[in-house]
Amino acid sequence: MSDKKGSATDLLQVIAQEGGNLLLRSAVELGDLSVTVSAENLSAFLSLCKGSPALSFNLLVDITAVDWMDSRDSRFEVVYQLLSLSKLWRLTVTVPVPEGAPEVPSVVSLWAGANFLEREVWDMFGIRFKGHPDLRRILLYEEFVGHPLRKDYPVQGKQPRIPLRAPEVENTARRMERPDLVTIRARRGSKASDEARSAGE
Amino acid sequence: MDDSKLLDVDFGVGGITTSIRPRPLGDDLHSETMVVNLGPAHPATHGTIRIVAELSGEKIVDADVDVGYLHRGFEKMSETVDYNQVMPYTDRLNYVSPAINNFGWCLTIEKLLQIEAPKRAQYIRVILSEISRVADHLTCLGASAMELGAFTVMLYMMEARELLWDMIEEVTGARLTVSYGRVGGVKDDLTPDFGEKTVDVFKKVREHLVNCDRLLTRNRIFIDRMCDIALLTAEEAINYSLTGPMLRGSGVKHDLRKAFPYSSYEDFDFEVPVGSKGDNYDRFLVRFAEMEQALRICEQAIKNLPEGPIIVSDPHIALSPKDEVYNSIDGMINHFELVMYGVKPPKGSVYQGIEGANGELGFYVVSDGSGKPYRAHVRSPSFIHMGSMRKMLLGANVSDLVPTFGMINMIGGECDR
Repeated sequence: MSDKKGSATDLLQVIAQEGGNLLLRSAVELGDLSVTVSAENLSAFLSLCKGSPALSFNLLVDITAVDWMDSRDSRFEVVYQLLSLSKLWRLTVTVPVPEGAPEVPSVVSLWAGANFLEREVWDMFGIRFKGHPDLRRILLYEEFVGHPLRKDYPVQGKQPRIPLRAPEVENTARRMERPDLVTIRARRGSKASDEARSAGE
Repeated sequence: MDDSKLLDVDFGVGGITTSIRPRPLGDDLHSETMVVNLGPAHPATHGTIRIVAELSGEKIVDADVDVGYLHRGFEKMSETVDYNQVMPYTDRLNYVSPAINNFGWCLTIEKLLQIEAPKRAQYIRVILSEISRVADHLTCLGASAMELGAFTVMLYMMEARELLWDMIEEVTGARLTVSYGRVGGVKDDLTPDFGEKTVDVFKKVREHLVNCDRLLTRNRIFIDRMCDIALLTAEEAINYSLTGPMLRGSGVKHDLRKAFPYSSYEDFDFEVPVGSKGDNYDRFLVRFAEMEQALRICEQAIKNLPEGPIIVSDPHIALSPKDEVYNSIDGMINHFELVMYGVKPPKGSVYQGIEGANGELGFYVVSDGSGKPYRAHVRSPSFIHMGSMRKMLLGANVSDLVPTFGMINMIGGECDR
């Protein structure tokens, strides 16, 4: 653990041996290894990371995305964090995703835990995951317009009001037939009734 | 399932967006399953969460777990403020153990800046993290026990938690929204008599824990409700990206404090308890054992607390001492720059995971060199654990839903961010 940088370069060597042809770029940043693969090679590379005994990245820690706007060739970047429980290695895998067709293959078949994480990325960035069994919004509601973590979504953006999904349960009390107003009469024997009687007389 | 066979049912106000619909059971009775909507405000669950369960009799045959009712846009808001101003937002992630979130964020930015907090600050972080962890576990177990009818346990645990929160309040000045972390260290030093007070508090907390242990661990009713429910094998737990007590309950000995020590955790002697089967009872036992270990770490840290500063002395990262600010032009400029423009880490992206009370709490931060994060993402354990809830519920009874949810210990603020 003391030599973190060393372990990241060791890991890079192993990855280069196992599937170096799948990598676009690799860099050791702040002691952690991050590799870039294309969307076509993503499934192959991640199943290699999970399946290869030399790597054994069995835990998918996180999936998120970054919106780079115009500062990069492809606007989005999907970021996977992997962890090997046996070798105690961490790996960051990034995938550039173009703005025109924001889609990457889903990894739910590799890790069941990817289900919610991919739904969140779809919800927040509008990046589709091909092959996801149930790609619905997760933190926001279905009628939400736009994807809020994109940089062009305003921080103070207002959403249109949505109609109720199910027909509103009618307030039946309003429909209820009201009986005619009951005339209130003073009870006999009371002071008021006595006065009324005397007035009438 | 064939779409044409779906029955259109009206679930009343608000409607329902779920794929779950009743379906014929295919038996001689021509009966069909029943769909029950639980939540988002249900008295038996703590936290706003909706579970749409499809039932055959009392068995759950399918479930849709719907989260997001407490979404406040943490990540979007973090992009608009500077690095130290994110601190109050992190308080509101897991609001039962806010100190841990503070320090997770600090460690991430420190990694980005390639600095390390002074040793004393690291120890103070450990002390407060572990006290928060005990408080978190007490809340989780107390609430779950109450939902299973053991109200006394809840009261004992709340009292223990109150004692611990008093300690946190003494140091940070707040019970819940502590905002105690600072990039490069912590806000304040411990109070002078903190050490002596903890001796007394820990003694009382341990007494409560013994009482709760007597009331729960070998209680027939409690065991019947918890044992063999929501089983997850080690492989399944890893497959569902579980971490923390959920993963350890399934028998995987993985703790980030041991695996990737941060904040001087390598200095302390503690055990990592693991379960054997991976049911709710194992998760309960793991949490219970972890509380004792957390208290042990705390005691070691208080005993060996090193002297020294509590925050780095770099004026571009931490505010200068007030003497310098008021009496020298450099100090004044540094103070002004830091308040106006914030800490400016170099360009780059970083992921840092720490052992939160519920599991791996990770922050992924992208810096563009300015004073505000370009992108801040939280890897929240609650959210990911909720993803495994459907798997745990399939085949269980409706009555198992509440203890399962309790043992996941979903904290709305952390799950929905």
